[in-house]
Amino acid sequence: MDLLIVFAVVLAVVAFVGAPLRGRARGLDPDAAARAELADLEAAKDAKYREIRDAELDQRTGKLSEEDHRALDAELRVEAIALLKRIDVARARLGAAAADASDAPEAATPPSSVG
Amino acid sequence: MATVGRALLIIAFAVALYGLGASLYGAFAGGRAWVDSGRRAVYALAGVLTLAFAVMEAAFLRSDFSFSVVASHSSTTTPTFYKATAAWSSQEGSLLLWVWLLSIWSSLALALTRRRVREVAPVATAVLMTFGAFFLMLTVFWANPFQTLAQPPSEGTGLNPLLRHPAMMFHPPMLYSGYTLFSIPFAFAIGALVTRRLNAEWIVSTRRFALAAWLCLGIGIVLGARWSYTELGWGGYWAWDPVENASLLPWLTGTAFIHSIMIQERRGMLKVWNASLVLATGTLAILGTFLVRSGILDSIHAFGASTLGVPFLILIGAMVLGSVALVVWRRADLRSEHQLDSLLSREAVFLLQNVVLVALAFIVWWGTFFPLISEIFTGTKASVGPPWFDKYIVPLAFVIVALSGIGPLVPWRRLTLASVRRGFVIPLAAALVTWGALLLVPGAWAQPKPAAFAGVVAFVLASVVQELWRGMRARQASARESAPVALAGVMRRNRRRYGGYVIHAGFAVLLLGVAISSSFQHAKDVSLTPGQSTRVDGFDIKYVRATASATAEKISLGAVLDVSKGGKQVATLRTTRGFYPSQDVTQGIVGRFFGGESESQVGLRAGFGRDIWTVINPNLTPLAGIIDQGNRTFARAMTGIVRGGASQQALTELYALRDQAIAAVAHRFVSNPWPADFRFIVSPLATWIWIGAIITFLGGLLALWPAPAAARRRVTAGYAARVARELARTTQ
Repeated sequence: MDLLIVFAVVLAVVAFVGAPLRGRARGLDPDAAARAELADLEAAKDAKYREIRDAELDQRTGKLSEEDHRALDAELRVEAIALLKRIDVARARLGAAAADASDAPEAATPPSSVG
Repeated sequence: MATVGRALLIIAFAVALYGLGASLYGAFAGGRAWVDSGRRAVYALAGVLTLAFAVMEAAFLRSDFSFSVVASHSSTTTPTFYKATAAWSSQEGSLLLWVWLLSIWSSLALALTRRRVREVAPVATAVLMTFGAFFLMLTVFWANPFQTLAQPPSEGTGLNPLLRHPAMMFHPPMLYSGYTLFSIPFAFAIGALVTRRLNAEWIVSTRRFALAAWLCLGIGIVLGARWSYTELGWGGYWAWDPVENASLLPWLTGTAFIHSIMIQERRGMLKVWNASLVLATGTLAILGTFLVRSGILDSIHAFGASTLGVPFLILIGAMVLGSVALVVWRRADLRSEHQLDSLLSREAVFLLQNVVLVALAFIVWWGTFFPLISEIFTGTKASVGPPWFDKYIVPLAFVIVALSGIGPLVPWRRLTLASVRRGFVIPLAAALVTWGALLLVPGAWAQPKPAAFAGVVAFVLASVVQELWRGMRARQASARESAPVALAGVMRRNRRRYGGYVIHAGFAVLLLGVAISSSFQHAKDVSLTPGQSTRVDGFDIKYVRATASATAEKISLGAVLDVSKGGKQVATLRTTRGFYPSQDVTQGIVGRFFGGESESQVGLRAGFGRDIWTVINPNLTPLAGIIDQGNRTFARAMTGIVRGGASQQALTELYALRDQAIAAVAHRFVSNPWPADFRFIVSPLATWIWIGAIITFLGGLLALWPAPAAARRRVTAGYAARVARELARTTQ
């Protein structure tokens, strides 16, 4: 009985772990570096949006004056735009510039971090 | 089933080695199929180890003494709850728990990141599988939980009485979850360094695991402290014991990492610092595991001397050298993308906080390893005690708590005079009012440190309450909601921020409890006979009567005490000391029931103002005569039965008589007014330690809880729209 259980476990593990190797061979992704760079930029873009959102919350909770917030927000948006441009370049390099609509305007008014 | 267990461990070891090899081969030569196969190996490892763990647990629950580990750590009289937890009271079982948790958390991390960090993940998988293979090597070749005994005993040794405490059910799994979860950011950091993908993505992918590790380790530490307070019978919750310190080290550096990665995520700064911090945290987590198992430092929490020290030292050495080499090798890729805008900014506060946390970690490390360091240089093992730790830790704790109040008030990038006025006035006023109010409390400033600390805590609490209030008002202004709904709404939408603030408040409360309870504690050791009283910190404590009970599991001798103040009854305390039977037959048939290991059940009246704590240490000397007499009588009876053929019925009758005799001996403790030793402690605000911990962990859960995907997408889309419009304008 013990032997049977062990045998079943070994079979199941081999079948499960070996499954990707039985399919069509997939070599190294030649665009891996470009994809990774794009993913990094996307992550940086999300972080930048969070920063813009936090600055807005800081302003609404009185931590930043209207004037300070305007200056910071402009600065952050310049950085965000620079990131978007780099993302466009990275996408173009991957030949998928037109594919993503993820950054297309979806909402007329940006939602607030508090509202 | 032991054969199945052993085979499962070998299969798991092979799977871990395969996962390590397949991931590396896939990353550098073989392509995605090998990478996917390597990732599946991690899932398979989790499945196989779950089966192995279930086999071990089943052996404990069935009291299968053919398993060596069950015979030496459980017994038929051990309650079921503790049979289940006894599995990790052993070296072998705890190693299996460690690697099982590693496999579970690794599977979760790899499943959640399977479409991201594609370059980093295979190397991270290899690192995680290296840990898995290492611990499985230990369980297969050094400390196998499935070792069997040729002649299983009819009864096991039983679980160490000190471990029979509810906190022990969760303390080790939480600690190990913390340690193993810290392996995940460690592994991804190695992956990011090797593949030179050192930007925000690996941090975004693993920061939640870092936070979960911090939370689990913190809960584990607090559960350990609670166990110490209510079980060990010395009345304290933290003794700067090497094993306690070992768990604190990665928690401190992990706390620093959780804060500083926010700066890297936003500004691309502190990359060398963050890489070093997370590598140090992962290494310290393994160091903590090593300290519990190696026996190199004396600790009540350690497993004692073992042969596992050398393999652990090799692993830790490889981790330290590999980490340093990687950071130096990739130093060009770790350059900061920006510089600090101002020394008066949240980034600067985080940086200062990081420096203080690392300084704290270094002090704790130095004090913990001082016995070894002193032995190397002087040949004599010298150790440092709590006063040494307090001397350096207390001032830095002041700074950390103050910074936890300042941080939420300071905006990112730069602080202006106007925002100082807006943010700091109320918290500073709260601190000043607290200090002033303490002037009116007689004796409060007799010890300036805790009094000053109370003001700092008031500052932190006021800053957090102010931030919550302002967030709520801002939400109310835009959403027209009631105050509670608006508060919940703003916290839900900004979980990391407000979760962090709640953590700061909880931590400040916890440390206030520590400061006040330790500084104003009144302790008294006294011997009392029933009817006698003593006075501690204005409380009259009367030893009302002795108690005794005898069960198959243990003999408990205790006391009922009445606590009153000014003639008014305050509480009734019950404390016992449990004596567990020894397996040493030379102590005699009756004597062995009083000569085994013992544990204390403290009498505790916990309150928001103060805890009244007591423990009894019954004096067994007056019982020695009657125990000796019982030993002789039953030895003669046993000899007679053996000579007469040792019939089962005669033995059963003898054991029944023995049990009656033991109960009668225990009852003498009640019927005779012998003196018993007591320790009484009155600690103000001690309960706030646990309340603060609960607040801290609720804040951690809030920060950890993921925002609904739809809400995330909506928010991102909104900001994307605004920036996209800006972009369109700039390119027209």
